[in-house]
Amino acid sequence: MIRSEILKEIAPIIRDHLVVCNIGLPSQELHMIDDQPTNFYMLGTMGLASSIGFGLALAQDKPVISIDGDGSVLTNLGTLPTIANNATGNYTLLIIDNGSYGSTGDQPTYAGKKTSLTAVAKACGCDTVIEVPDKDLGPVLQSAIDSDEMTVIVCKCDSGNIKLPVITMDPVVIRHRFMEAVKA
Amino acid sequence: MNIDKKIADDLVANDVSFVTTVPCKQLAGVIEEMENREEIFHIPSNKEDEGMGLCAGAFMGGKRPAIIMQNTAIGVTINTLATLTQYYRMPLPMIISYRGELREPVACQVEMAVHTKALLAQLNIPTYHFHWQKDVEEFDNILKYTFMCNKPVAILTDANFWGGYGDQ
Repeated sequence: MIRSEILKEIAPIIRDHLVVCNIGLPSQELHMIDDQPTNFYMLGTMGLASSIGFGLALAQDKPVISIDGDGSVLTNLGTLPTIANNATGNYTLLIIDNGSYGSTGDQPTYAGKKTSLTAVAKACGCDTVIEVPDKDLGPVLQSAIDSDEMTVIVCKCDSGNIKLPVITMDPVVIRHRFMEAVKA
Repeated sequence: MNIDKKIADDLVANDVSFVTTVPCKQLAGVIEEMENREEIFHIPSNKEDEGMGLCAGAFMGGKRPAIIMQNTAIGVTINTLATLTQYYRMPLPMIISYRGELREPVACQVEMAVHTKALLAQLNIPTYHFHWQKDVEEFDNILKYTFMCNKPVAILTDANFWGGYGDQ
């Protein structure tokens, strides 16, 4: 499965939850598949989906899912110790690990070579880290959201992209709509 | 006047309850205040752009955030300031240790000090410079201004403000 197929499959699971979605194609795909006020689309700032989602989870009680990529996590590896050492049960970090920088032309990442993000997350102190093949993600994600334990999911999948338009929604509109959904 | 306590008091009085820090020798006292105040959730960051991400999330979650960091971080965070904090129009008081200014003992710190105000000006970030201890009296107004206009705002605090480096 490629990332867009995964997002289609998990859309019903994440629809009613707060989602912070990674820059580039992941946000564009989620926006096209199932645009929701509970989705925060990153239009820039590669690497910070994990940190933004974690800050949000610490600030309020609703479940938060950060949808990140292996390349973006590699950009901001330093946040994994921060997440591990300040764990909050309402946070799920979903790393869609296709071993490539999808938005920039599928250049390979080190996560697709020798580096295991599962092992990295564990070494950083994250207590619950689950590596899962793409076809098995749904139930694992659902139970992570339902549980009181912070979970890092590394979903191994194929690289590949679909053609789709950029998000033209104004960033302040995205943010305002999202904050209203957080308060609702 | 204890400026560490004054800064913490003003943060609390302005409902700032989520503070991330990246350490600096000059900021040790104020970071300790952040850790000790019950009203403030203190979360150390490993890098300043990560900290700004945490603050963005906390703001959207209903908390007023702040970041405490060195001026070298301006070199690290320009993309985050432009494409996250400013683009989505979020408030962020940045309490910045202004290394490389008067009474600085480490020459390399001057290399980023000479760029700091120019970079902040280029980003159109409102910038205040605390050089004398009495300058801290403006801090409360700066916080109110930051959350009024939903912008990142820089408060540069130099070695003279913090009382120098002793015998170094």
